[in-house]
Amino acid sequence: MSPLLSLRGLGVRYSGATAAALEGVDLDLAPGERLAVIGESGSGKSTLARAIAGLLPQTATLEGTIAWPGLDHPARNGRDIGFVFQDPGSSLDPVMSVGKQVAEVAHANLDMDWRAAMRLAVELLDRVRLPEPSVLAHAYPHQLSGGQKQRVAIAAAIAARPRLLIADEATSALDTIVQAEIVALIRELVAEDGMALIFVSHDIALAASFAERIAVFRHGRMVELAPTVELVAQPRSDYSRALLAAHLGLEAHSGAGI
Amino acid sequence: MSALLEVDGLSKRYRRGDRDFAALDGVSFSIAAGETLALVGPSGSGKSTVARILLRLVEPDAGSVRFAGEDLLVLRGAALRAVRPKLQMVFQDPLAAFNPRATVARLLDDPLRIHGIADRATRPKAIAALLERVGLSAELASRRVHEISGGQRQRVAIARAIATRPRLIVLDEAVASLDVLVRGDILRLLGELQAEEGIAYLFISHDLGAVRAIAHRIAIMDGGRIVEQGEAKAVIAAPASATGRALVAATPELPTIKETVS
Repeated sequence: MSPLLSLRGLGVRYSGATAAALEGVDLDLAPGERLAVIGESGSGKSTLARAIAGLLPQTATLEGTIAWPGLDHPARNGRDIGFVFQDPGSSLDPVMSVGKQVAEVAHANLDMDWRAAMRLAVELLDRVRLPEPSVLAHAYPHQLSGGQKQRVAIAAAIAARPRLLIADEATSALDTIVQAEIVALIRELVAEDGMALIFVSHDIALAASFAERIAVFRHGRMVELAPTVELVAQPRSDYSRALLAAHLGLEAHSGAGI
Repeated sequence: MSALLEVDGLSKRYRRGDRDFAALDGVSFSIAAGETLALVGPSGSGKSTVARILLRLVEPDAGSVRFAGEDLLVLRGAALRAVRPKLQMVFQDPLAAFNPRATVARLLDDPLRIHGIADRATRPKAIAALLERVGLSAELASRRVHEISGGQRQRVAIARAIATRPRLIVLDEAVASLDVLVRGDILRLLGELQAEEGIAYLFISHDLGAVRAIAHRIAIMDGGRIVEQGEAKAVIAAPASATGRALVAATPELPTIKETVS
């Protein structure tokens, strides 16, 4: 089966920056695959996500290729790619009802009239398990909790039935319990719709709980790419080993270094 | 031995729109000298309200706080200023509130000057000693806040907090936004400072992994109440409250080698 997405020699340089934000990334993503992209701040993981979705600033310089063998047209963010950001507070429009924001994605990408798009939006709000979706559709972002806003952002991201969902630190601003609920939701939606997932995170344990493969980034380069079980059990790079060792777990043996 | 901090029956109600809700409802705990108590709970559970009351930014409706033998909530003026150096605070990104063009030396000079800890002639030396104390080079003193990394900023914030030789530091999500490798370093630094200087910590967090690594005891909050309190490792191994169980279940663990990812 041909990959959904194929990156060759992908590099990104922001204008005015001395070092490349991303360099020489070769990566294939299969349709329906769940890939975690792990790294610390400045590793290039968010730049990778934005480059794939075409969300880089116009002043950034791109090298290499981003090909979509699994699509018969160039991928478009919103239609073929759903993108969920870390902070739903700034990705949602504060003065538009949440139902309308979800409907707008369907209206713009699926050639749907507003009535049908609004009906779909209510269905999607229900699908992301927001309470009383037909009432909540009329609410504004400030009336919702952080976790509820992220559910709305996810509903908007999947509205056009994209082939790829990109979650860029989508749960990092949430508390542990809400984070686990959102991860469970993303996992379920991806399975039901057969979407591929790129889950960008700094938390290797969180990523390992549901990704099939993990790509570890450092200083703009992919230092390791391996199936999750293999990477956790036998990391090949020193850096992956350090990240695994820094995980503070709840088992009796963990956190011994502190 | 009497506790360094004794919090008894704190309650606080807020109005939100037309309804009134309890941010804190009878919260009691104590911290001994040199001890770390973790205050853990979901967003909105009341953790930060406790911190704000300890800093006297918010007045509770009921309850008392005794700190180093003083009734903290009734102190005013000079008496309050005399206690302030003993009770310090480190936030998630504490230096974000400062002028990014201020130098590190300037940030460390403030507490030394305001609390009369070192005179003008000895302050540069005191600043260099503080930087070394938190594992930074004394040369960092001339750098500006926006030029240093997140981990370095958090070390500077800790240096600033320990400048006044505090007995207690409130750490409010102090490691939450740090990279994992840096988080480990900062937790180690906090442990060393506690061992050497007997500083107590109130460690407010929702990261049970970090809590398990640093805290002696844990108090789990939900809906403005403490729902469970005990020795940290024991509570995390076998939480008795529903909130404690939910927090443990939600904390990601690395799969063991035999487990397969489904």
